[in-house]
Amino acid sequence: MKVSKYFKEILLLVSAIIFLSPVYIMFVNSFKTRGELYESVLALPESFSLQYYLEAIDRMNFYNALWNSFYITVISILFLVILSSMTAWMLARTNNTISKVIFMTFIATMLIPFQTIMMPLIQFMSQIMSVTGLPMLNTHGGLIFMHIGFNSALSVFLYHGFVSTIPKSLEEAAIIDGCNKFTLFWKIVFPMLKPITVTVMILNVIQIWNDFLLPSLVLTDTSLRTIPLTTFYFFGQFTIQWNLAMAGLTLTIIPIIIFYLFAQKHIIKGIGEGAVK
Amino acid sequence: MKQKNTGWYLLFTAPLIIIFALVVLVPFVMGFYYSFFRWDGISANPMTFIGLSNYTALMGDEDFYTSAWLTIKFTIMAVVAVNVLGLGLALLVTSKLKTVNYARAMFFMPNLIGGLILGYIWQFIFSDAFRVLGENFGFESIFRNWLLDSSLAMYALVIVFTWQMAGYMMVIYIAGIQGIPGDTIEAAKIDGANSWQRLKSVIMPLLMPSFTICLFLTLSFSFKIYDVNLSLTDGGPVGSTELFALHIYNEIFGYSNYGYGQAKAVVFFLLIGAVTLTQVYITKKREVEM
Repeated sequence: MKVSKYFKEILLLVSAIIFLSPVYIMFVNSFKTRGELYESVLALPESFSLQYYLEAIDRMNFYNALWNSFYITVISILFLVILSSMTAWMLARTNNTISKVIFMTFIATMLIPFQTIMMPLIQFMSQIMSVTGLPMLNTHGGLIFMHIGFNSALSVFLYHGFVSTIPKSLEEAAIIDGCNKFTLFWKIVFPMLKPITVTVMILNVIQIWNDFLLPSLVLTDTSLRTIPLTTFYFFGQFTIQWNLAMAGLTLTIIPIIIFYLFAQKHIIKGIGEGAVK
Repeated sequence: MKQKNTGWYLLFTAPLIIIFALVVLVPFVMGFYYSFFRWDGISANPMTFIGLSNYTALMGDEDFYTSAWLTIKFTIMAVVAVNVLGLGLALLVTSKLKTVNYARAMFFMPNLIGGLILGYIWQFIFSDAFRVLGENFGFESIFRNWLLDSSLAMYALVIVFTWQMAGYMMVIYIAGIQGIPGDTIEAAKIDGANSWQRLKSVIMPLLMPSFTICLFLTLSFSFKIYDVNLSLTDGGPVGSTELFALHIYNEIFGYSNYGYGQAKAVVFFLLIGAVTLTQVYITKKREVEM
């Protein structure tokens, strides 16, 4: 009985490790020389040299890309959390036709594939730019603006579902105590929304950090590029030099792994909740 | 009093609604408008109104049908593979083993990496790891570069997509499985149901809500697959993996057929809407109350 249990434990871990073997292959080959790489793809490298990493950091302008991705993700999520929680709370607490229509519009647009809007979006943004002078294209601000727009539907949806589960009585008491809606929301309601805020943040981090197509359409300056965008151009140039390419890919994954190590429990819980809501 | 409330209402909702409208709603409506024009995307060049001509031209467009058919083929394979593996993993990691938490975390990881980067990692696996495996261990008929073979490249795409998505679906199935009361399964055990019967007659029917969500997500994700498609195969070899999203991108930005490409994009939206809503309608009807 006991032996079979140990056997099952090991079997489970081994299958999980095999599942992640592509990541292992990427990692070990980022240290190998070309000759070594072509001799054996699976073996551990004979010598650990960081040479390809340094070269990849240099050619990808990696620190700049990392900062761009970080900045865009953090600011977008900050705005998404603030704006979508306020909106969802108001929509959920004002039970009239207008609120219902607005909410249903948010939900319905989740069916629209990005490819259906991408061309008109860029046209429209460049029109806004030429009429008002607001820098919508080729700026981080413009990209953040669009990230907020595209990710608002899911965020509002999640907050809305959560608000409906918390009792109204606490809010009514605060109103009697003389709170206005703004202080009521930020002092009483928002702290209660914390569990779903974590979910909203995590889902949006994954989405915005990894997004490739939207930044590729919006950003043209090399210095503004995010990590996926940098990876795309880096790869276009160096596909044949696999060791260098693997070092570049490993670099791009390191921030995600760090994020995962810290937030792993929240991530898995958040995804589960996000889907069921 | 009433006016005061309207003020608050606007203060709370207007900023997001305005951004949302500018980014999603207006471009969506404009998309229909553009689809009635012939235009190469250069603002100095004229936009010619051609009515429904783009849509009628679509009906005779072989590339469009090819890419639609490839997308359907991909979606069917991907939806089956992702959900079978996702449910399998979920059943595996809801057992009482000690290592389940580590296993869960590991199975979920590919999903965090992002499609573009996943595609590049697997490009290396198919082109070099597979070749070396073939040379060292035999089986050269299996272990060769799938991405150069137009009959195998599609399967490569399915494998990578499944690897990416299975962990995500696993998490949703786990939530579903944990929602099934233990005594229901206990009762089935006492009644003498073996593990296959328990899975088929107790767990599966009670998991219908999870199936609804997972099928919906995998259907729309597979239909919309773009990043992995671009970085793994870029539609090749010889167009054998040019799925819809990539096809539309190429039509608009590659060949500068803005109006025509936009008409394809509108049809793409209608197709996704029809397929996913039908699926939700069908699986919702099969959900049972506990």
